[in-house]
Amino acid sequence: MAVEDKLKIELGKQGVFVTTVNEIYNWGRKNSVWPLQFGLACCAIEMIATTMARYDLARFGAEVFRPSPRQADLMIISGTITKKMAPQVVRLYNQMAEPRYVIAMGACAISGGPFKQGYNVLKGIDRYIPVDVHIPGCPPRPEALIHAFMTLQAKIDAQPLTGTERPRHLDAAAMSEFPVPTQGAHDLEPPANRLVWPLPAPVASGENCG
Amino acid sequence: MSHSSTAEMKVYRPPVVDIIEEGDELLEVAMGPHHPSTHGVFRMDVALDGERVIRLKPVFGYLHRNHEKIAEKASYLAAMPYTDRLDYFCSLTNNWAYALAVEKLAGIEVPERAEYIRVITAELTRIQNHASSIGFLMQEMGASGTPLMYAFREREKILDLFEELTGSRMMCNYMRFGGCRVELPTGWLAKAQTIVDGLPGFIDEIEALLTGNEILMARTQGMGVLKPDLAINAGVTGPMLRATGVNYDLRKVDHYGIYDRFKFRVPLGDHGDIFDRYMIRILEMRESVTILHQAIKDIPAGPIMDPKSKIRGFRPKPGEAYGRIEAPKGELGFYLISDGSGNPYRYRVRPPSLINLTILEDMCLGQNVADVVLIFGSVDIVLGEVDR
Repeated sequence: MAVEDKLKIELGKQGVFVTTVNEIYNWGRKNSVWPLQFGLACCAIEMIATTMARYDLARFGAEVFRPSPRQADLMIISGTITKKMAPQVVRLYNQMAEPRYVIAMGACAISGGPFKQGYNVLKGIDRYIPVDVHIPGCPPRPEALIHAFMTLQAKIDAQPLTGTERPRHLDAAAMSEFPVPTQGAHDLEPPANRLVWPLPAPVASGENCG
Repeated sequence: MSHSSTAEMKVYRPPVVDIIEEGDELLEVAMGPHHPSTHGVFRMDVALDGERVIRLKPVFGYLHRNHEKIAEKASYLAAMPYTDRLDYFCSLTNNWAYALAVEKLAGIEVPERAEYIRVITAELTRIQNHASSIGFLMQEMGASGTPLMYAFREREKILDLFEELTGSRMMCNYMRFGGCRVELPTGWLAKAQTIVDGLPGFIDEIEALLTGNEILMARTQGMGVLKPDLAINAGVTGPMLRATGVNYDLRKVDHYGIYDRFKFRVPLGDHGDIFDRYMIRILEMRESVTILHQAIKDIPAGPIMDPKSKIRGFRPKPGEAYGRIEAPKGELGFYLISDGSGNPYRYRVRPPSLINLTILEDMCLGQNVADVVLIFGSVDIVLGEVDR
């Protein structure tokens, strides 16, 4: 139970700072999200443009792009994931330490985008790893990426440290290692990780149609 | 002491064959596909003797997006937005090359005003591409951030122009067969003139920061030398070729569009090393500025589309055509075969990035592994175009 807002302001005037562990923990986490320096295709250029002077991602505490997945908190999937690249993307995600978050930037990362018909293009990275924020666009503007950051910050801020909604790194039973797909004869094996990307439940006729 | 300078001694490397002996163990490193350099998903399998590169095998295909097959299944016009995503720095020159190929195939004329608009947009594209490529090269050299920020500051100004004209910052999808999609917005030319007027100042600034820089000279001069005969044999084009001293610029050779009307010079290098490639890009930006000044001054009024060209139900007669332009990275060509239907029978891209990359091993042999990233960066590639 958080402290009442009115009381908090009153105490603040007296020079007393009151907070909860949950609040200050999430405040620290959300303001220092370090992304992985990881560009895939066209969207990577807009990602770089976002970190440059005009859009200045540093305002959100996220300008420190780390080349090593061990030091990164956030993976921005910026571009088309081909079937040759998908195993490496999952492997990089596995190498990141919890808590880790994923932004799927652009139409290709969400669904394959304009290249969806291609025989070599993965139809969305959320088939293999959990995605926190999706940004549509081809490519999304830097403002859209900044909006995705703010959405992610709001998500981190709202995470309780206990209960079923707690972040994965505080949940010993949570899935930590995601299976890396391999190149099969015709497609990636398996074509999707069913624990992350379940088949949609079939809708019975007449149900949910009203 | 004056003659045998340290720079000359640094160039000397013992021949590779002498270093390896029977039973020597080489260290094999896979550089990529995720690597700190900023050129996308590309792998180099490098065999090292200590720090020295003995073998280098490039591994492509991490961004193979089936561009050609998708374009063969789509109508002629529907392939236009896909060309934006080939070399995603230079969508407007890609558009132009493809439009040129289709115009050759179908025999469509382009109105004069549209030709001028094409030249203006293409030269602006060249400037922003060269500026960013220099910024990325410096990033790879360890100057993280600052030169790239200067480059992107100018790039954003040019992208603002593109956005106002085409509606998109990067994926412009602007050219059409027989002209351009939309007329210039009111006051666009004046804005373009202001930005072009500011560009020499930017180039002076970046040159004052970089060209005389001791670290840049030490790390680029004599590094990754490409000989002109090898460059010609390998089909290398663009700034890479001109840095070796070969005078070959399609704007002068083909006079495609209206390039014979403009006065500009083709900068040529002398040594074919990384420094020459850097310098060529700086000088080409200056020449692009002079072309832009002339084009913005001379642009006539008139239509921007050939009235005879058809957008819907476009079916060129059976035949084949190859259209090529001097894209910022080299010769970008589109080869089309028509069988009279609404989509091309064969659609082939000649990507400058891929062909300029074929000599990577020759440039890297005997160099230190730290310089491989630099040599790779100086080729100026975009993986969207390499793998397509």
